[in-house]
Amino acid sequence: MANISKINKRAEKEKQQAAKNRREIVAAGLNRRELLRMGLLTSAGMLVSMNGLSVKARNSAGHLLGGGSGSGSGPSSPPTTPFVQPFTRMTVKQPAAVLNPTPTVIPNTIAGEGRTISHQAFNQFTPTRFYEVEQRLANIITHPQLPAQPLWGFDGLVPGPLYVERYGRPVLVRNHNNLPANNGGFGKNFVTTHLHNGHTPSESDGNPCDFFRPGQFYDQHYPNVLAGVNSTHQDVGGDVQESMSTLWYHDHMHDFTSQNVYKGLAGMYLLFNDHDTGDETTGFHLPSFGDGAADDSNFDVPMLFSDHLYDSETGIVTFDTFNFDGVLGDRFLVNGKVQPVMHVHPRRYRFRWLDAGPSRFYQFFLTDAASLNQRIKFHQISTDGNLLDHPVEVESVRIGVAERADVVIDFSKYAGKTLYIENRLEQQDGRGPTGNVLAAGQGNLILKIVVDLPVIADNSVDPATITRFYGLPDKTAAPRITRTFNFDRSNGLWTINGRSMDPECQEVRARISKNSVEHWVVTNSSGGWQHPAHIHFEEFQFLSVNGAPPASSGLVLNGRKDVIRLEHNMQTKAFFRFRDFVGRYPFHCHNVVHEDHAMMLIWEIVDGSGDNITNP
Amino acid sequence: MRIRKTLAVLLGVVVLVTCGIVFENSAASQEETKRVKTPRERLAERSFPNVTLTTHEGRKVKFYDDLLKDKIVLINFMYVKCEGTCPGTTANLVKVQKLLGNRIGKDIFMYSITLKPEEDTPKVLNAYAKAYKVGPGWQFLTGDPKDIELLRQKLGFIDRDPVRDANKSNHITMLRWGNEPNTLWAGCPASLAPNKIVKEISLVDWPAAGEVKRGGDR
Repeated sequence: MANISKINKRAEKEKQQAAKNRREIVAAGLNRRELLRMGLLTSAGMLVSMNGLSVKARNSAGHLLGGGSGSGSGPSSPPTTPFVQPFTRMTVKQPAAVLNPTPTVIPNTIAGEGRTISHQAFNQFTPTRFYEVEQRLANIITHPQLPAQPLWGFDGLVPGPLYVERYGRPVLVRNHNNLPANNGGFGKNFVTTHLHNGHTPSESDGNPCDFFRPGQFYDQHYPNVLAGVNSTHQDVGGDVQESMSTLWYHDHMHDFTSQNVYKGLAGMYLLFNDHDTGDETTGFHLPSFGDGAADDSNFDVPMLFSDHLYDSETGIVTFDTFNFDGVLGDRFLVNGKVQPVMHVHPRRYRFRWLDAGPSRFYQFFLTDAASLNQRIKFHQISTDGNLLDHPVEVESVRIGVAERADVVIDFSKYAGKTLYIENRLEQQDGRGPTGNVLAAGQGNLILKIVVDLPVIADNSVDPATITRFYGLPDKTAAPRITRTFNFDRSNGLWTINGRSMDPECQEVRARISKNSVEHWVVTNSSGGWQHPAHIHFEEFQFLSVNGAPPASSGLVLNGRKDVIRLEHNMQTKAFFRFRDFVGRYPFHCHNVVHEDHAMMLIWEIVDGSGDNITNP
Repeated sequence: MRIRKTLAVLLGVVVLVTCGIVFENSAASQEETKRVKTPRERLAERSFPNVTLTTHEGRKVKFYDDLLKDKIVLINFMYVKCEGTCPGTTANLVKVQKLLGNRIGKDIFMYSITLKPEEDTPKVLNAYAKAYKVGPGWQFLTGDPKDIELLRQKLGFIDRDPVRDANKSNHITMLRWGNEPNTLWAGCPASLAPNKIVKEISLVDWPAAGEVKRGGDR
């Protein structure tokens, strides 16, 4: 510990020295190319001995510090050397042989279940696979130069274990809360786990008020069914065009989601089917997930991105609970490790990118530091984990908090090279990105990818040759109602349509008729903030973004989504078809700090007619 | 020529920095036994400046030592001549105080900090508290404007838009509540129904018996 404070003092001196050195470089008239040629610039585009030479006191992430605290003073983490630890893959969750006591439709209160509502679809989609998972404290190394971090993880893992599921195989997850009372600085030990994007009955969805306490458990029933299963596509078991592939789960505790997710309570959940099979020799022939081994034999790789701020003195992860705008870290993590290194074969890979927040937005590019002007293209195949109509060639993907993007990258063209996943979206504080896209090499280098594993068979297909996945569901049906939701700020509070969340989740702002179509006009009027607005349960498709059809190239928006990334002053119109189950779900900002400060509302799917409130 | 000279300087720096790391590591190992501060201590250092304030009853108090330490607290910002949200907020919090009954002043405390310390003297605040029939355990606080501003910044009652931030009539109407020893902090709109605010605060109440002893184990 003392070590770290010493290093900090040294870093401070270095900052001053760096400014001086940089002035000399500028005076000498050296440009980037010359510096690189002379070996003064690393292949990562940073000046050699980063802490010693960079004028803007860039930290190891190559990232300018900004706005991490309520005071705006921007504290910084202790120095960490980038790219010294291996990238790690998530551990696949293994089913339990038996659950004791046996799961019940009505809440098993006597045995300590925290659920209060009966399962509505348990008997229709009887679970055939059972899991048992616990939230608990774990001491985890996120970087070898930092002390072990007192994080909270599902099964003690950060990120939590990876669920690998198939459509048509209903599962039940028994979730035990074994969190300690001592929170180590932030976090609330009551929990409720949301399966993000799941077509899940309300009582298993992880409603912010369905929380349960240490010592309690909660049975969550995930039918793993396609939308339309009880309605529009009843005869064929649901609409295959509504297939989802990359989901994630995270804590959704009312008022404490940001703290608890930041503390580690998040993981991913994959859904395969007969088309998106996980086997590159069948179906859509996307790179194989195989048996899910957490090693190089797996070409389908979920990646959870997050950022941390570590206490400059103790080196322990810290969270500013007095910042209403959103919190930024200055250390970038992939799958729970700060700036790791991944080794790949020269072949195609499917990467599943998730922005797990709490408040940072990313725009990922692939950067070859030895050739910064090279524009490296790849294929985006999904938005928010839902396959697009067809793959789209892109050179970057922008994701806000909770958004996902699956991409296929062909590393065969880069054998022997080193590439970086670089975030080039400028963001200076928790309010959201500025909108500026930085030049290559000027952003945050997050993951180092070395293409140095041997040549290996690739039975996946070139995504450029895929002309269609499932196709997109029809969105021409007439809406029963058009509702307007305005994300705003008044009297320093986050609001939707001028109102705050009811902390007891009792106030239902919109009652939606089951199996009906609605149009939602969702607008950001909050000035300097951006809001990744997330609707639980049903995905949507954009009808328009700022009055124009949703983009089909560049920043791809014409897919199925569950997050409306409301950029500055944006107005969107979205098509929804709410169906199959009844119950209450939230609609909220997924800058989880905004969510915790009441930028959320509850809506409900009801049997019968629904209400006619156009401005809920 | 100049380039070469600069290069020599730069390479020198690289070498020095490298040596520095080695040297400082060995020096640091001697301090290894120094006690590591707890998250609670670091939170207090970061967010709770221990400035001296004056209560509406004229008492001098230290913000951390006297007002926060070992307590559950509710904190909002206001000023007496505020004609916007303040009167409603204060009236609402009076109802919250009543609902919390005898716990207010015992282990739960309420603090309303003025945004206009220049005009809100203890006397002015005292008259305000009396007018609203504020009970014991709820302090209206004033102080040196610099200290008040520091608190406002540290507790996050700020707007990053400087125009909005300067407009006190449109100030942040959040209610911050927390459990200091348990490092448990959250917030909600101060305009929520009083019974809902009470429910909210229960989330930072002392852990139930058997979970942990009061005050945690720090």
